[in-house]
Amino acid sequence: MQSRRQRIDEQKRGLAEKRLAAVSLPAGGAWATAARQEARQRLLDAGLPVRQDEYWRFTNPGLFTDAGVAAAELLPADDREAVFAGVDCLRIVFVDGVFDAARSGDLAAAGIEIERLADAATRDIHWARELYGKLEAQCQSPVARPLATLNTATAGDGLVIRVGKPVERPVSVSYLRKDAGAEAVLHHVIRLEPGSRLTLLEDGPGAARFSSVAEVEVGDGAAFHHVRVQGRDHGRQAVTALFVRLGTASVCKSFTLTANGRLTRNEVMAELTGREGVLHVAGAAVGDGTAFHQDDTVFITHAAERCESRQVFKKVLRRGAVGVFQGKILVHPEAQLTDGYQISQALLLDESCQFLAKPELEIYADDVKCSHGSTSGAIDPDMLFYLRARGIGIEEAQRLLVLAFLAEALDEIEDDTLAEEIRRRLAGWLERHRA
Amino acid sequence: MLEIRNLHVKLEEEDKAILKGVDLTVEAGKVHAIMGPNGSGKSTLAYVLSGRDGYEVTDGSATLEGKDILEMEPEERAAAGLFLAFQYPVEIPGVGNMTFLRTAVNAQRKARGEEEMSSGDFLKLVREKAKALKIDAEMLKRPVNTGFSGGEKKRNEILQMAMLEPKMCILDETDSGLDVDAMKLVSDGVNALRDAGRGFLVITHYQRLLNHIQPDVVHIMAGGRIVRTGGPELALEVEENGYADILGAEVA
Ligand SMILES: Nc1ncnc2c1ncn2[C@@H]1O[C@H](COP(=O)(O)OP(=O)(O)OP(=O)(O)O)[C@@H](O)[C@H]1O
Ligand SMILES: [Mg+2]
Repeated sequence: MQSRRQRIDEQKRGLAEKRLAAVSLPAGGAWATAARQEARQRLLDAGLPVRQDEYWRFTNPGLFTDAGVAAAELLPADDREAVFAGVDCLRIVFVDGVFDAARSGDLAAAGIEIERLADAATRDIHWARELYGKLEAQCQSPVARPLATLNTATAGDGLVIRVGKPVERPVSVSYLRKDAGAEAVLHHVIRLEPGSRLTLLEDGPGAARFSSVAEVEVGDGAAFHHVRVQGRDHGRQAVTALFVRLGTASVCKSFTLTANGRLTRNEVMAELTGREGVLHVAGAAVGDGTAFHQDDTVFITHAAERCESRQVFKKVLRRGAVGVFQGKILVHPEAQLTDGYQISQALLLDESCQFLAKPELEIYADDVKCSHGSTSGAIDPDMLFYLRARGIGIEEAQRLLVLAFLAEALDEIEDDTLAEEIRRRLAGWLERHRA
Repeated sequence: MLEIRNLHVKLEEEDKAILKGVDLTVEAGKVHAIMGPNGSGKSTLAYVLSGRDGYEVTDGSATLEGKDILEMEPEERAAAGLFLAFQYPVEIPGVGNMTFLRTAVNAQRKARGEEEMSSGDFLKLVREKAKALKIDAEMLKRPVNTGFSGGEKKRNEILQMAMLEPKMCILDETDSGLDVDAMKLVSDGVNALRDAGRGFLVITHYQRLLNHIQPDVVHIMAGGRIVRTGGPELALEVEENGYADILGAEVA
């Protein structure tokens, strides 16, 4: 007799086999091929996620694990300005996951080390081999991240970026779509040398099914800023994983706006390995309709003393939309004087919506300050009445209150211009999705 | 200006009558005060007039310059010129005071078919009005009423009133929680708005406020009704003897 667990494990491995059989490993050089094969084996051993897995109870991974891709209608073009269009930056464009040289800036002239993974992988010796798949593999325990492993095994392109100094001009990566049924798998490797600084912007719907992994090493005293806008195509599915390792007195601030999409799972796995590191992860998600399902899953490990981590996640849901937050802070015994904060909140614009939250603290050090909170509720009727009593129409009053609700997450974006851009995007979305 | 006739109001959720036939007329240019024991229905009257949810009008009417306001949305009542200074101003974290004021001013102008105020004119006006109420730039930048002291909240209400220049101002215990100096500031703010075209309904427990804002008429509300109406001397009588005599004579 097989136990239930054995049956599930078998099912997971079966899914992995089927999924891997449907994709061909990308061509590439020695080190990348080795890394991909190693990941492939790990995935065959661990299997793909199923609903019974502890961190997939709230989100059905089926659309990610199916061998075939569910098509996603292309959002008709409108005259809205592209996201981050007003920002002076190095622009890089992928269309359905394929690098578009004609629309991208000159990587060689960027003033930083940046190249395509597809190019980096053709060389025998490359710094990226020390990172590619390595942070991802390390972060498989205590919770498995099989979709990231699948990405490591199958990604044919992405960016490898190494920064040796403070860089003012952001790198902006746009993921555009052309084909309603395309799948895209991208894998980025980013190394910030000690004392350096980089801002990475990402935007766009990606592909009908989009998988992206970023492995980021933030050296001592370095700062990594990340602002991402996941675009608006209603049928798109995206799974992303951001792996970050922070050195002493380093900073990482990552913010994601998710608008629309059928299924979005954003995972962040971060480890503070040197004292006085600062890590902020924030997100705003807006969804309208039963087809919307958005999931933020975060795991932060404090492995050194005097570090600060903040998680601020806000979701605005209407007409049957579903939001998920699973956030964990793990504090090792040596991580004394940890300052950890976590808040996840949903604003339910009607009673048909759902917010599922699983906040977790696991603390093995005795001298720490950790707090967490999770709430969901409707727009406060007293606030709404107060605004209306001053002559503000009900729709405008609601929009003001929704933006106010999201403000704490937007405050996590350090650059004011970028924060304002995100605020405008949200205001536009609220304008288009009124009661 | 404001005419209330035989107004009966009950709670929407339960069968509890709160206003039981209120009759009250506030003429343009006049200041009326309402006093009355706790729970007599003063705030309920103010809320019902401004359109808050949770109440049901079972009988009677209320008109502003002849227009039935009970049928209007709260924002329409505001645009028609009604203003309520709340007994408990609401904190709204995340909405800046300035954004709030500008949105309110322009929403009302738009509703009346007027042009929006330019940001230059708006800033100038806010600064001037805020200065008179000793509201500093820092307070204007903060989120609406958030973390404001009781007195600061009340001054912020008067600032909104000064910016919106309503025709009919209802002040619900604007004096409660104010220190002596703030009371003077707030009263000066109200008096500055006194005008032949504007009516005031001032709800208060204390004669003290009425020393600063001289009322033309004083009403006593008890048990959901206006039980007595008189001149300023009525407020003095309440201050001296409490409500026992008045209520004993009128209600019992
Ligand atoms: N939403 C409500 N639910 C239950 N009871 C209510 C509600 N609103 C008002 N009441 C009741 O109606 C009565 C009148 O209340 P109201 O707030 O109007 O009194 P008030 O005259 O303003 O009193 P105070 O001087 O204490 O401010 C009170 O008994 C109060 O408890
Ligand atoms: Mg009251």
